[in-house]
Amino acid sequence: MGYTLNFAVIWANLDKLLSGLALGLGLALGAVAMGTVIGLIGGFASVGPSKLGRRIAGAYVTVIRNLPILVIVLLAYFALPEYGIRLDKVQSFVASLAIYAGAYLTEVFRAGLVSVPKGVVEAGRAIGLTRFQISLYVVMPIMLRNALPALGSTFISLFKDTSIAAAIAIPELTFQARKINVESFRVVETWIVASGLYIATCLVIAAGLRSLERRFPKF
Amino acid sequence: METFFSELWIARDALMEGFVRTIEASVVSILIGTALGLLIGIVLVYGPLVVRLLCRAYVDVMRGTPVLVLILASFYIPSVVGLHLSAFQAGLLALILFCGAHIGEIVRGALQSIPPGQTEAARSIGLTFPQILTYVLLPQALRSILPTWINTGAELVKASTLLSVIGVGELLLKTQEIVGRNFMTLDFYLFAGLLYLLVNLGIEQAGKALERRVAVR
Repeated sequence: MGYTLNFAVIWANLDKLLSGLALGLGLALGAVAMGTVIGLIGGFASVGPSKLGRRIAGAYVTVIRNLPILVIVLLAYFALPEYGIRLDKVQSFVASLAIYAGAYLTEVFRAGLVSVPKGVVEAGRAIGLTRFQISLYVVMPIMLRNALPALGSTFISLFKDTSIAAAIAIPELTFQARKINVESFRVVETWIVASGLYIATCLVIAAGLRSLERRFPKF
Repeated sequence: METFFSELWIARDALMEGFVRTIEASVVSILIGTALGLLIGIVLVYGPLVVRLLCRAYVDVMRGTPVLVLILASFYIPSVVGLHLSAFQAGLLALILFCGAHIGEIVRGALQSIPPGQTEAARSIGLTFPQILTYVLLPQALRSILPTWINTGAELVKASTLLSVIGVGELLLKTQEIVGRNFMTLDFYLFAGLLYLLVNLGIEQAGKALERRVAVR
C-alpha cells in the first residue's frame, strides 16, 4: 500500500486523452455509418424473397458474430497487405469495425423489418406504390424508428470496441492512457480517468439517444 | 496448402497450448463470474440500500468501460498497491469482474420480472427469505437467463483474445508468435478465427440443447 493519488500528470496530459477520445468517437461513427449500409443490405436480404440472399446474410451474421473483433482487426491490418490491399491503420480498423458492426446491424434491421405491420405494406400497394417506393417511403421509416433503441446500444458498444484500436497502435483513448501509464507510473489515476471518460461518453450518447427516441414517437 | 499443413504441424504444440489457455480463461471467468453475478443480481433487488448502491455503481462502471481498459487496469493497478498477480491472473480478474457485472444485471432483470404475488404467497405459507430464493425465485430466474447466459459465455471466449495484449499466451498471442516466425499471416489468422468460430458455435449448440432440457413442458 502507501500509494497516494496525484492527478497532476493526468491533468497535464488531458489534451492527449481528449484527442484520443475524439478519435475513438470518429472511428465509431465511421464504422457505424459503413456498418449501417452493410446492415441495411443484410437486413433486407435476410427477409427478402431470394433464398440465396437469405443464406448469405445468415452466414455473414453467424460467422462475424462468433469471431473475436481483435482477430478481424489483425487479419485486416496484417494479412490484407500481402494480397495487395493496402490500407493505413485507421482505414483498416474502421473497415474491420464496420464489417463487425454490419453483422450486428443486420440482425437489428432484420428485427426492425419483421416488426413493420403488414397492413401498411398492403396499404402502400393499394395506392399504387412500386415495391421500391414501399420499401423507401413506408417500410424504412417505421423500421428505422423501431430499430432505434437497438441501433443506439450497438453504437455504444462499438464506441467501447474502439479501444481495441490500441492493439494496432492507433492513438485513441486506451492507447494514450497506456502511454501515460507507462511514462508516468500514475497507474491508478490514469485508469480511473480513462474509464471515467469512457463511462461519461457512453452516458452522454445514451442520453442523446433517449431524447432522439422521444422526438420520434414509436409507430 | 501443403506448406500450411507442414507449418501447422510444426506449430501444433504452441496452438494447443494457446487453445487450452483460451478455454481455461473462458471457463474460469464464466464460472466465477456467474457466481459473482448471481450475488450481485440478488443484492441489486433485495439488498439493503447502501450495498445496493455500491453494487449499482460497480455494475455501471464495469458496463461503461471497455473490456480492454479493464484488462489493462487490472494488469497495471494491483502491483502498485502491493498485490502481485501474473498476467494471466490479472486478465482473469478483469474478465471475472466484467462477467459478474453483466450477469448481475441479467439476474436483476430476471428477478424483477417474476410477479411479486409469488413472493407474497411464499411468505404467507411461512417460507423464510433464503427458502423463497432457492425454491421459488432462483429456479425461474435461472431458466429465463439461460439464453443470455450462453451468449455471455461466447462473448467471454471472444473477450479472452484481449488477454494477448498483456502477454497472456492464449490462442491469439500464440498465433501472432507463429505468424511472426513463418509470415503466413492470412492462413494462421484464419485458422485461429476458425477455431474461435467452432468453439462459439459449439457453445451455441450446447446452449440450445440445455434450453430444451430445462424448458417448462
